[in-house]
Amino acid sequence: MDSVLLKQGAEAKLYSYDFYGRPCIIKERFKKSYRHPTLDVSLTSQRLKAEVRANLRCRMAGILTPTIFMVNFDNSSIYMQEIQDAITVREYIATIQEQHKDRAHANDLISPVAEVIGKTLSKMHANNIIHGDLTTSNMLLQGDPHDLKLVLIDFGLSSFEASAEDKGVDLYVLERAFLSSHPNTQELFDIILNSYQTTMKDKSAWKEVIAKLDEVRLRGRKRTMVG
Amino acid sequence: MVIAIGFEGSANKLGIGIVKDGVVLSNPRHTYITPPGQGFLPKDTAKHHREHALDILQQALEEANVKPEQIDVVCYTKGPGMGAPLVSTALVARTVAQLWNKPIVAVNHCIDIEMGRLITGAQNPTVLYVSGGNTQVIAYSERCYRIFGETIDIAVGNCLDRFARVLKLSNDPSPGYNIEQLAKRGSKFLEMPYAVKGMDVSFSGLLSYIEEKAPSLIASNEYTPEDLCFSLQETVFAMLIEITERAMAHCNSEEVLIVGGVGCEYRFIPLLVISTSANGVLMFYCLLYIRFCIDNGAMIAQAGWEMYRSGAVTPLEETSCTQRYRTDEVEVTWRN
Repeated sequence: MDSVLLKQGAEAKLYSYDFYGRPCIIKERFKKSYRHPTLDVSLTSQRLKAEVRANLRCRMAGILTPTIFMVNFDNSSIYMQEIQDAITVREYIATIQEQHKDRAHANDLISPVAEVIGKTLSKMHANNIIHGDLTTSNMLLQGDPHDLKLVLIDFGLSSFEASAEDKGVDLYVLERAFLSSHPNTQELFDIILNSYQTTMKDKSAWKEVIAKLDEVRLRGRKRTMVG
Repeated sequence: MVIAIGFEGSANKLGIGIVKDGVVLSNPRHTYITPPGQGFLPKDTAKHHREHALDILQQALEEANVKPEQIDVVCYTKGPGMGAPLVSTALVARTVAQLWNKPIVAVNHCIDIEMGRLITGAQNPTVLYVSGGNTQVIAYSERCYRIFGETIDIAVGNCLDRFARVLKLSNDPSPGYNIEQLAKRGSKFLEMPYAVKGMDVSFSGLLSYIEEKAPSLIASNEYTPEDLCFSLQETVFAMLIEITERAMAHCNSEEVLIVGGVGCEYRFIPLLVISTSANGVLMFYCLLYIRFCIDNGAMIAQAGWEMYRSGAVTPLEETSCTQRYRTDEVEVTWRN
């Protein structure tokens, strides 16, 4: 079977493919001609490796991610399981908000998903996995959204760090993406942080991460901006 | 018909511009240039602004061929920026507003995006705002310019300027310009820390790295200063284009607008064209007019004019300055 182009993203093309009878997505990172070739080769291979590694580590930690079937280094492609019957958390939130104009009610309906996001991220950070690009577009809900089967994808910017700084920045990135894609959802993000906190077994580690999150927020807020 | 005069002095440039219904009538500017290896200090910059304010004002009025009584509104930069230069420029604006008996409008410097929209005709662009103190990717949604990505530490211009100081490059006309000139002759690429975090970037690690490495790399003849400027520029610009692309994908936007002092560095233009065409994005705008890209009075006049038309006037007792003023703190009353 031939591969069919599904989507062209900012740095990769996604193809749909049949991998020995399994529905498969090929994620092919393409060359960015605006980057210096040395930089481009290095970033592409770093991200390919990071993606595969973090994907596996997450699975070992019990977090749902697409199964990786094969990696082709020559054309920077990852062959992975296609998560069928899934929508992104972004679409899910937008749909609920569309259907229920009463904001408090909509937030109530979404809150179980926010809770599972917090729980999942807490587990991920407890295993020192930094996603690097947390957005609601990079989280899928598989099957019936009420089953709360949250699948994380897009680990290209991921890394393995034990430091509170990196975890704090990871949450900060999510906070910014969350609030900018879904206006008026501060309460939902607070639910995410709350559930992140209650899941984290090591309370002192949690405090440190939140302290860093506050610090990183202030870096943006208080920065003097001259020029 | 509305004629607006704008006063901008948030950093080392003092600019006064006059805009009449979206047409720039005059836009003179004077830049405070410091010796190589030095940045500009608030006190000295404010002194520079005070010394040149009246001459520039005179020049603006003469070039525009406008008399003070024809002006409808006085606009000035409220912030963000350096305190002393902001205050000294605001003082001039307040004084003329009272002398001429005109309303006054305080403008957030970051809303200069309006100027870019005016010049390029872009309708709803994703904006990459890059200057000495700002690095933000901005898009408009629900009555606010929202910041989708930004630097989590220092600004890109600050990073380039500080590296220029390490190399003792001239500050005339600007350190960034001189880095760019050296970069054109560089060829050997040095890989440096590349920090993109979601739609945010970080430059401080990169700066520490190159500040520390540069002296020994140059002394050992491994890399020339030209190579280092080239590598630094390639790296930071690749980071910026990447977050811009991400934000565009995120907002389904097909237009890019680049504003700010660093935006006038030519390297961006071919980079963005290539990048956008590779992604099937057809529309493309860029602020090519260097004179409108660097801090200037006309952009403040333009933003103030938009605010004034929608009914915003700042009471005199509120015409203060603030060093910290976020783009997303301003409610946009003049766009739907």
